[in-house]
Amino acid sequence: MKPFTTVTGPAAPLPLDDVDTDQIIPSPYLKDLHADLGAGLLAYMRRRPEGSRIEDFVLERPAFRAAPILLVGRNFGCGSSREHAVWALQAFGVRCVIGQRPAEFFVDNCLKNGVLPIALDADQMRGLMAAALACDGQEPFTVDLQAREVRGPGGLRLAFGLPDAQRDALLAGLDDIGLTLQQLDLIEAWEQRQPPPAAAA
Amino acid sequence: MPRTLFDKLWQAHRVGRRSDGRELLYIDRHVVHELHAPHAFAALDRSGRTVRRPDRTVVVQDHTVPTRPGLVLRSDHIAATEAAAKRHGVATVPVDDERHGISHVVAPERGWALPGATLACPDSHASTVGALGCLAFGCGTSELVHILCTQTMALDKPRQLRLRLEGRLGPGVGAKDVALHLIRTVGIEAGRGFAVEYAGPVVKALGLEGRMTLCNMTIEWGARTCVIAPDAHTLAWLQAHAALPAGADDWASLAGAWRDLHSDADAHFDEERAIDCSGIGPQITWGIDPSQVVNVDEPLPAAGGVPAASGDRVKRALAYMDVQPGQPLLGLPVQRVFIGSCANARLSDLREAAALVRGRRVAPGVRAAVVPGSNSVKLQAEREGLAQMFIDAGFEWHRSGCSMCAGANGDIAAPGERCLSTTNRNFENRQGRGVRTHLVGPAMAAAAALAGHIVDVRMWAPLEDPA
Repeated sequence: MKPFTTVTGPAAPLPLDDVDTDQIIPSPYLKDLHADLGAGLLAYMRRRPEGSRIEDFVLERPAFRAAPILLVGRNFGCGSSREHAVWALQAFGVRCVIGQRPAEFFVDNCLKNGVLPIALDADQMRGLMAAALACDGQEPFTVDLQAREVRGPGGLRLAFGLPDAQRDALLAGLDDIGLTLQQLDLIEAWEQRQPPPAAAA
Repeated sequence: MPRTLFDKLWQAHRVGRRSDGRELLYIDRHVVHELHAPHAFAALDRSGRTVRRPDRTVVVQDHTVPTRPGLVLRSDHIAATEAAAKRHGVATVPVDDERHGISHVVAPERGWALPGATLACPDSHASTVGALGCLAFGCGTSELVHILCTQTMALDKPRQLRLRLEGRLGPGVGAKDVALHLIRTVGIEAGRGFAVEYAGPVVKALGLEGRMTLCNMTIEWGARTCVIAPDAHTLAWLQAHAALPAGADDWASLAGAWRDLHSDADAHFDEERAIDCSGIGPQITWGIDPSQVVNVDEPLPAAGGVPAASGDRVKRALAYMDVQPGQPLLGLPVQRVFIGSCANARLSDLREAAALVRGRRVAPGVRAAVVPGSNSVKLQAEREGLAQMFIDAGFEWHRSGCSMCAGANGDIAAPGERCLSTTNRNFENRQGRGVRTHLVGPAMAAAAALAGHIVDVRMWAPLEDPA
């Protein structure tokens, strides 16, 4: 997993609540095993049915086409556990998603891919969204994971919470499976105590 | 110390604690499906690791399976999955096998999900089998790989919520209506961070397949897993439907082993809630998430009755669904009907729908399909004559798979079409770009197909003597 330390760049404001996984990565991009997931990210918000770009949608505007930070509303990523949603964000270039109460599966999937999910309260989120809308991609924001802080134009500084274990794993790009395999003896001991399973299929 | 059912299942499978504080939960059975499998096996290959317990792992095909009759079976996911699973010594269920079907439907049929066991599946509807008293977790692809390598999940122990469903259901009202009424009442985030136990008289009275429908919808109000204490219904269903391997099917001793699978009288829950289900009618969603629900004979919320905070969301939903505040849904023309999915495509669902369909015809201008939840359900429905009733009425009768629930097999409707669907998600564009999905139970879906518009199924009865 690619470590996450500090990311600096435009913050794309997408002030919508309940953006579900079907919006983040529509099913035609799931159906094709080799689909370009970056093109699939929020595809129906970015392109009309016949394929032309919706140029005033935030991710289609030149200022945000390489935005590493995405600001969202409440409950972003609700719905499916499909990890394709996070892969689509990554393929587009997003490294950090900031919103209010992002969905649980989505947060888990982010953490396992080196994408930083930040949960802010309503007031913090309002302030940050307003700042991003005001500068409109013309000034950079910085997400500093070590300091657990978001910095923006005009001296904006916001502290965010993230458990130490999750922060350390992201900073180190830690191998989650390796972490579990440190307890291999416990797994083996548990299995020793159990009867074998009935035939699998 | 008194324990909840969840505590008992958790403690029985708790392997230990990781250095980051997460607890390792042993997974008795890992049911993988082909939407994730190619990515997961590729990641496994890259890491140089192997599948720890092929004997506890099985791969099914559901999301990308072409289900329409006569369609050639072509899916890159299936081909890639079969090759990778073979290389790693993991059993795959072929699509033409009797054991084939949607993960959450076949898991109880094959005895992969059993009371007291743990199960993982890379899908948010894994909690369906909580209906049996099996503790199940959905997950993404990376966690799938983690389970392949370690046979455990690393989790923070969730908080616990007991939800009592009180009252008695009226005629024409079933498990899907209970689930939709519940989500309307609590909202789509209420379950966040909780493991849920469903209890109360409504749950007791539901058959096991109805309980599966209820448990299936748990993620739709934000909770990741749920359980229901097994009882006589559970045992009877398993005896009738679950194909346990010889030697593992000693029902008397299984029943004995499951006797303690309930929450103790004074067990502590972090939260307790009760919802009255008396007096609810058939439920139908009108918007773009499963909390935007009305009784079928109730008008949509009036423009003034919407809380300001949710105003934009409601406006967006009304516009997408092409409906007006205060409007009744009854009479709204329908172009598509889909009876299928892990929410509602078990035998009891098909029987309920077929009872109305028998002797009638799908209305002109409606394209309706039935996609059984598993091949086992499909074969039984064919033996009982249900399939013929659907076909005679003008329904398409498909091979089992997720089909139009997720659209990942290419089965989608056309822009602007209104679809009555027995599935679990009415998200924008899920059943095709611009498609307007209304979630309902199987009888409501069938009746709409016959009428050509949204109807109150309580006004419809099976024909006495179909010509």
